[in-house]
Amino acid sequence: MSLGKSLPHDAAPLHVTGQARYVDDIPLPATALHLAFGLSTIAHGEVTALDLSAVRAAPGVVAVYGPEDFDPVPDCSPSAHDEPMISTGEVLYLGMPLFLVAADSHLAARKAARLAKVSYTEKPALLTVDDALAANSRFEDGPVIWAKGDAARAIATAPHVVEGQFELGGQEHFYLEGQVAACLPLEGGDLLVHASTQHPTEIQHKVAHALHLPMSAVRVEVRRMGGGFGGKESQGNALAIACAVVAARTGRPAKMRYDRDDDMMITGKRHDLRLLYRAGFDDRGQLTGVAFTHLFRCGWAQDLSLPVADRAMLHADNCYHLPHIRIESHRLKTHTQSATAFRGFGGPQGMVGIERVMDHVAHALGRDPLEVRRANFYAPAEPVASAGGASPPGPPEDISEQAIGAGPVPPSPDETVDLTSRGAVEGQPERGVAPASPGAQTTPFFMPVEDFIGHELVARLVETSDYAARRAAIADWNAASPILKRGIALTPVKFGISFTLTHLNQAGALVHVYQDGSIHLNHGGTEMGQGLFQKVAQVAAGVFGVDPYAIKITATDTAKVPNTSATAASSGSDLNGMAARAACLTLRDRMAAFIAGKHQVKADAVRFEGGRVRVAGESYGFDQVAAWAYLARVSLSSTGFYATPKLQWDRKAGKGRPFLYFAYGAAVTEVVIDTLTGENRILRADLLHDTGNSLNPALDIGQIEGAYVQGAGWLTTEELVWDGKGRLTTHAPSTYKLPACSDRPDVFNVALWGRPNREDSVGRSKAVGEPPFMLGISAFYALSDAVAACGPGYPALDAPATPERVLAAVQRVQAHV
Amino acid sequence: MSQIAFHLNGAPVRVSDEAPTRTLLDWLRESRGLTGTKEGCNEGDCGACTVMVTDATGSRALNACILFLPQLHGKAVRTVEGIAGPKGEPHPVQQAMVDHHGSQCGFCTPGFIVSMACAHLNGATDHDDQLAGNLCRCTGYAPIIRAAKAAQTAPVPDWMTTDLDITCSQISPGGEAAGRGGQAAPLPGFHPRSSDDLAQWYLANPDATLIAGATDVGLWVTKQLRDLSPVAFLSGITDLQQIEDHGDTLRIGAGVTIAALRAALGPRFPSFGELLRRYSSEQVRNAATIGGNIANGSPIGDGPPALIALGATLHLRRGDARREMPLEDFFIEYRKQDRQPGEFVEAVTIPAQAPNLRCYKLSKRFDQDISAVCGCFNLIVTDGLITSARIAFGGMAGTPKRSATVEAALIGQPLTPATAEAAAALMAQDFAPLSDMRASAAYRLTTAQNMLRRYMHDLAGVPVSVLEVRA
Repeated sequence: MSLGKSLPHDAAPLHVTGQARYVDDIPLPATALHLAFGLSTIAHGEVTALDLSAVRAAPGVVAVYGPEDFDPVPDCSPSAHDEPMISTGEVLYLGMPLFLVAADSHLAARKAARLAKVSYTEKPALLTVDDALAANSRFEDGPVIWAKGDAARAIATAPHVVEGQFELGGQEHFYLEGQVAACLPLEGGDLLVHASTQHPTEIQHKVAHALHLPMSAVRVEVRRMGGGFGGKESQGNALAIACAVVAARTGRPAKMRYDRDDDMMITGKRHDLRLLYRAGFDDRGQLTGVAFTHLFRCGWAQDLSLPVADRAMLHADNCYHLPHIRIESHRLKTHTQSATAFRGFGGPQGMVGIERVMDHVAHALGRDPLEVRRANFYAPAEPVASAGGASPPGPPEDISEQAIGAGPVPPSPDETVDLTSRGAVEGQPERGVAPASPGAQTTPFFMPVEDFIGHELVARLVETSDYAARRAAIADWNAASPILKRGIALTPVKFGISFTLTHLNQAGALVHVYQDGSIHLNHGGTEMGQGLFQKVAQVAAGVFGVDPYAIKITATDTAKVPNTSATAASSGSDLNGMAARAACLTLRDRMAAFIAGKHQVKADAVRFEGGRVRVAGESYGFDQVAAWAYLARVSLSSTGFYATPKLQWDRKAGKGRPFLYFAYGAAVTEVVIDTLTGENRILRADLLHDTGNSLNPALDIGQIEGAYVQGAGWLTTEELVWDGKGRLTTHAPSTYKLPACSDRPDVFNVALWGRPNREDSVGRSKAVGEPPFMLGISAFYALSDAVAACGPGYPALDAPATPERVLAAVQRVQAHV
Repeated sequence: MSQIAFHLNGAPVRVSDEAPTRTLLDWLRESRGLTGTKEGCNEGDCGACTVMVTDATGSRALNACILFLPQLHGKAVRTVEGIAGPKGEPHPVQQAMVDHHGSQCGFCTPGFIVSMACAHLNGATDHDDQLAGNLCRCTGYAPIIRAAKAAQTAPVPDWMTTDLDITCSQISPGGEAAGRGGQAAPLPGFHPRSSDDLAQWYLANPDATLIAGATDVGLWVTKQLRDLSPVAFLSGITDLQQIEDHGDTLRIGAGVTIAALRAALGPRFPSFGELLRRYSSEQVRNAATIGGNIANGSPIGDGPPALIALGATLHLRRGDARREMPLEDFFIEYRKQDRQPGEFVEAVTIPAQAPNLRCYKLSKRFDQDISAVCGCFNLIVTDGLITSARIAFGGMAGTPKRSATVEAALIGQPLTPATAEAAAALMAQDFAPLSDMRASAAYRLTTAQNMLRRYMHDLAGVPVSVLEVRA
């Protein structure tokens, strides 16, 4: 059985030798053109004159395109058609592309792009939350409000109340491979696009739309990305479109990659926000009512901001049962980069908010924050017989038909809308039956929480991390240490798994068995380092009973599997693993029926294991059976399809079941701070995370470790700074500080929960891409704990907790009398 | 024919007709099709382009994105494609990275592999420091460090030592192709072999750009997109690369790299050594020179505050004329130094002892970050009273600068917390720092004051560094 094996990443031998090929490594003909954008130097205004003569005259320049060269300028938006590839005259952020240069080298294009003479009429720029609120500059007509119970009344009648607000910074993806795309013109106007993207179908759609081609004329291939993290869900559209436009116009291949500084100036980041809270609670710290206001700074274009802000609301509860809650979410439009998807997709922001409430309530009561957290946990899951993993999952095909049959016939969509984008459309209301467990507690959006394992998981982590003894020891240590103070915190994670746009929860796969028995695997998921390809290969190998290395992993290709959803929302292995499994089962069943027929036995008596096919006392090589099946004219190619069951979600009302299940985890982090400078370090982290029955424990642990460090980085060293003109001043790794090697915890213990998913997921595993990112929140609240050791006040720490913000919090608690 | 001659992955190559500022990274990827070496930031901060460069003095990791082709003349370069053995045998660090799941997206991996192979070759096991210049966004570093530890006891493969043999024998450094003394140079750019060569040439070419390690000038090319001409490459000037022990003083040549400076001074001045440990990254320390760090005049360079606190004397040379000055006097105002056209930094002299020297670097990230504030303190206490005070800061003004008012207030006072409190209050008279993306003015001033408090605790033996705390 290949499932559950800790195999290395499939490309690891290629990574370590430099052979792994990324888009910029693909050899192109010498005639290839290299592209660069010229960028705006103001945040808001009109271009009154765009003199490109010096750009055109620069060495190596082949073509220069301004807005007048397009009718209309191609749109790059994944949602509201509000992102022209280059400005049409209106400048909406500093760094907005104004024109496009094609030259015979990357360097020549970059140099030329700086030679334009641009005149502007500058307008006041809305840069901050306050600016946008004052101008009522927002996406959607007003705030989205979800409510359950009567929060105002519950807070008003509570024995105790805390309230506050804090700033939560954004985050640059800093995928090590910057945005890049290349396009080769094919015959008859067709195009082949190589893109570093999490969403090949969207690239296909946007390129086709830009060139007025049917999607069938555009093929997008993605072998791998050098990191994505959500930053390559929509942000690569502009490069691919630019390459396609130039390739189509010149007949020459075109490649575009952003220099790192350009990448950071042009592309969106994680949403920053201001978060306001007010909570009523009893003497034990149990919340009676809570109200949140999220003030998201979404930037100049809508992009994916609406579903991001939704997901923040969907995680405003985290692990806590909140019977009376009101969440008000503002999606503010500012003249800054358009904030976009980033691992967690708003979930982390929502979760930091409720954890802040827990921390504040505990401080007000003088209790261990962990006790307050536990007092508010959802009720434990009822044991379910089928969750034991004993009964095998049913055939996925049946499930998908069930879900599809349940929906109404949709109206014909607008062909310019990218149906596969998370930001483009409202979902078809799903009417599938989502049976609720009677009496189960529900989330603020009325979804029953049937699988809550927080109690046992946290109990085990408390034990393995020696939390209680260490907390006591830290208090002693702090009493004897005048300058340095330690802190510790345990925070849990509950993260909803599924796209909240329900129809995206589908996937396809294409599997071939060749006559020599070799197996070609393809599916709609993309590889960005997470090990998806290896996991799906392990699924396929398990079905065929062959060695995983016998499965040929191939590049994602819109010509093989169409209409794919982005590899996003942690869904990659859940969706594509199931689709591939379905395809493999179809093929296996065909081979089994064939060989069983030869032996006059039933097909279900045929066993595929160890690279052999066993039937009626005989044992054949898989390759032999493949060859025979070919000769017997049995089809050895199959598609597979999967649609996630049970989903039912009304976004506008904030009601339903947007998720198939929740993934859980918890982390204990210990930190030390310097009360003179605010310098701080993570000393130790203990993580316990739920990946169900892990498809590959080594890859899952890799995701968890990496996500924790990335999450902690978001909340500590990673600070985005804009100046008063809207210029991002942290636009390179020299000024933007993601964690370096020594920033990981000295002591770093990571364990998997190891119990099966109670839902019928692939191999009873759980999604792992995003949920452990939020384990990093424990580092932030450990810092709060350390600061709280410096004086009587509440730290009220803002994020990221740079040394400067930690010192400010130290001064705040010391000043409090 | 201008030819740059060096070895690439064990084979000799000659490069013609390239601009003197063509980077090794671009050449590898665009002209040689060696795409294993990656561009992550193009400014020497991410390490994805790390290559191993060997000369007669040894092998070291360098960032190929800010390394110009002429700097390689007479050396041997090994890229990620040359780390495995001739028959494809994996290097121990390659195998360990596979075994320990040290790669995810794989884009940073070639740079890590080369850094790890260099450390392995050199027997270095301070992995966090060796790898501080390699950023990884996927793994959280833990599996990479596990791999580095697992590989550290494996023997160095034979093929990894051949570059040293090559550079010591087949190509003499600056051999047949290197120019001398301003004669028609067959290499792109001017390649002086001695400070006399440089002095003469620079006098005649005062507008030239001097390139030592290229860790700053590299960015003028890759980020500012400047065309630099003429240029002189200084790495062949061996007489500028000496550290001379004169008993009471040490004379440090301008061409001494930060790595060499750290090795030489760390044992003598542990706190300065710790500052230099955190000076950028292994790749940058291997290239950057102390002369460049001074001459560049940055208000946030970490070398000058420490050297000023030590009481360093700067030695300048123009043609055959030499002059010297207290280092702090060299820095006139933001990006303006007391340096004449054609004049260059030749050396800096420091006292051989400074038991109370403490250097504090404050930045958002501990490793490979530019200081928000760098404070260096050097008091001499005699019979309980402060008899000499030298306090210098980076990041607090347009130049590295002494805190004259505070120093004056400390002289003659006892070494007590009360003294520190009284003196710290005067810091605002010496500095009016700026707010920028690294820190606010208020934070800079507060922490500069607090560094004085920390210094008193530090001298008293109270733990003051979060870096020394263990779980």
